[in-house]
Amino acid sequence: MTDLLEIRNLKIGATSYPPGEPPREVTLVHGLSLTLAKGRVMGLIGESGAGKSTIGLAAMAYGRGGAQITGGEVLLNGIDILQSGPAGLRALRGKRVTYVAQSAAAAFNPSRRLMHQVIETTLAAGVPLAEAEARAVALFRKLGLPNPETIGRRYPHQVSGGQLQRVMTAMALCPGPELVVFDEPTTALDVTTQIDVLAAIKEAIRDTGVAALYITHDLAVVAQVADEIMVLRNGRMVECGETSQIIHSPREAYTSDLVSVRQKDHPAKPPGTTALLSIRGVTARYPGVPVDVLKGITLDLAPGQTLAVVGESGSGKSTLARAITGLLPPSQGEIFFDGRALPPKLAGRSPDDLRELQMIYQMADTAMNPRQTVGTIIGRPLQFYFGLRGAEKRKRILELLEEIELGAGFADRYPAELSGGQKQRVCIARALAAKPRLILCDEVTSALDPLVADGILKLLLDLQREEGVAYLFITHDLATVRAIADQIAVMYRGKVVRSGPKAEVLAPPFDDYTDLLLSSAPEMRQGWLEEVIAHRKMAAGGN
Amino acid sequence: MTRIPISALLGLLFTAAFFLAAILAPWLSPYGMAEVVGDVWEPMSPTHWLGTDSIGRDLLSRMIWGGRVTIFVAVCATLIAFLTGVVLGFLAAVAGGWVDQALSRLVDLMMSIPALIFALVILSVMPTTLPILIMVMGLIESTRVFRLSRAVAIDIEVMDYVEAARLRGEGNLWIITREILPNALSPLVAEAGLRFIFMVLFISTLSFLGLGVQPPLADWGGIVKENKDGIVYGIPAALLPAVAIATLAISVNLVADWILNRTSSLKGGRG
Repeated sequence: MTDLLEIRNLKIGATSYPPGEPPREVTLVHGLSLTLAKGRVMGLIGESGAGKSTIGLAAMAYGRGGAQITGGEVLLNGIDILQSGPAGLRALRGKRVTYVAQSAAAAFNPSRRLMHQVIETTLAAGVPLAEAEARAVALFRKLGLPNPETIGRRYPHQVSGGQLQRVMTAMALCPGPELVVFDEPTTALDVTTQIDVLAAIKEAIRDTGVAALYITHDLAVVAQVADEIMVLRNGRMVECGETSQIIHSPREAYTSDLVSVRQKDHPAKPPGTTALLSIRGVTARYPGVPVDVLKGITLDLAPGQTLAVVGESGSGKSTLARAITGLLPPSQGEIFFDGRALPPKLAGRSPDDLRELQMIYQMADTAMNPRQTVGTIIGRPLQFYFGLRGAEKRKRILELLEEIELGAGFADRYPAELSGGQKQRVCIARALAAKPRLILCDEVTSALDPLVADGILKLLLDLQREEGVAYLFITHDLATVRAIADQIAVMYRGKVVRSGPKAEVLAPPFDDYTDLLLSSAPEMRQGWLEEVIAHRKMAAGGN
Repeated sequence: MTRIPISALLGLLFTAAFFLAAILAPWLSPYGMAEVVGDVWEPMSPTHWLGTDSIGRDLLSRMIWGGRVTIFVAVCATLIAFLTGVVLGFLAAVAGGWVDQALSRLVDLMMSIPALIFALVILSVMPTTLPILIMVMGLIESTRVFRLSRAVAIDIEVMDYVEAARLRGEGNLWIITREILPNALSPLVAEAGLRFIFMVLFISTLSFLGLGVQPPLADWGGIVKENKDGIVYGIPAALLPAVAIATLAISVNLVADWILNRTSSLKGGRG
């Protein structure tokens, strides 16, 4: 077997501009080497900042956002492409090496038809129009897109997110490349969509015999498509090996952390007898849109317990949170908190209603005012609800920082000086400062790396034990649900299709949607994808 | 601190020089503002560095005093424009609904009339005193500031931290002053520089047309008007205030540009 791609001692650097400090040079990738044989798929896995996308783009001799390749060699078929000059790179990119981006919606030009964009580089490589279109249609068919003959005439907004991601895969495969770089192609998709895209990508790679670099942060996903896996951390290789070796017998502690991170199970508390929050037949719609986003939701949450609301995007789970907080008053139904009916509108609620019901957001970045220090952010609820001032307030802020496992030194920092996990902890502290009885957590771990998310979940569980606070935990991720929930409600298209204690909801017999959702969550073993697809085909054939 | 680029340094230097000259006018100017000290349109000489004007007043003294008037009017009008524009713009963004509609449509209406003509019409029926001049200019320009601050505030208003503040139960005053204002400051500061320049041009235009600063007081626009006939005879007295206006405009622009460059990178680092 000959090596298609060989990277030798690759070094990538960039200039960083930290706020309030002079710019400095940082190294993103420290002398990395890898080899990839023809027709093989290598998974690059790591947390954000590990340098995986940077390395993937380096395979096209490209540095994004100011990243510069400062040393090493990238050999494609034995020729160093870093030395090939602008004309050589133009002949290479989009033709011999292609790229599939994470967000297809942002990567397509919204004002041009799909076919035009799919065959653009193929035409540039000198293939006649008719043949390029025929190739594209064949790829659309192989990737399982509906109406392969005509889908190319649509615009990007006329197909779904999962379909768009498959069209982009077709775009990458159309010129007949030797290497495709997949950069988190399924991360932005729902699990139920992800599985189809994943299966389509895998089949297409196998049939065309192309080599691929598959970049992701999700080990369970990469285990399905990759022949070998390289684990990266802070721009260095942690370990590299065959897929089965990495997931069954990892050599490094960091790798085994990554393997085991998504397999935690939290023993559910027995169902409570009283309800802290009870939602009765809530129906809601956004002003000006004649469609009910929530349709008769009825749920109960006992004090000190966690209710996980699971569903894919568009199922109405975040809207449910808005209805509970009073940002979107329901058109029908009532919400009871601690036995009393909550006024539907935010403006009608008493300060105590507001205090007892706090919220934590998905994006900690935008949930904190960038011009306020951590001390101000946490201190404001203390002053607002309890009238604490001066030394008293300061003391309580430091206590809260202690509780979220950050030191007193963080009080005078700005959000920009914190990491993603630290930011989310500050948001938790801000919610806790109000001494709430219920915290709404809207996808609070979705934007975080698995190991960091794990820390946040552990913190939330600890705080629940100490403070007796209840959580309404909105998520699309079943691993997170297993790790934190006592009760589960599965939402689909604005309705609760299944709810109850965790053990009951996650045990058969399932309704159709829950079955689909549960079976779509990737499992950390090879062959899982084929099993599920085969099982579904059988079930579809049986009907 | 990042280093100040040479263009901004130059801009700062000239801006500072103009402002200092304006503040120190009583001590800097060799003669009084309305004092007739020589012949009509004397050439430049050691006694009159820039010569004399159409009725024999020292041109350098008039330029310094005129700059003081120009800058004073422009600063005051800019302040009024920002005070009304920012307060109403933020209010429209935060309150939304009919408050926003009413304010925005009113501003649309005002902006549909060309600013200069609008000002001329008002000033021709009102007594042209300095306070009225400043008020009229400030209120007309405040429509532009309203648009900018409303747009900036609407972008900030949808951020989660503003929602978090609302859920906490904070009032509009807190949201405007503590959550929105600090984050809107950088585009507003840059806009202030540009607005100041427009004010300088505005007052100069009005004075040139005879509806601005009234004699014996004069601003740069007024000095151009008084000496414009001299241009035919090759006398540069009208050009000097024009050069001053241009220099001030460019130097303040250079500073505003630099501020905009420096601060825009704070908004998420996208440059």
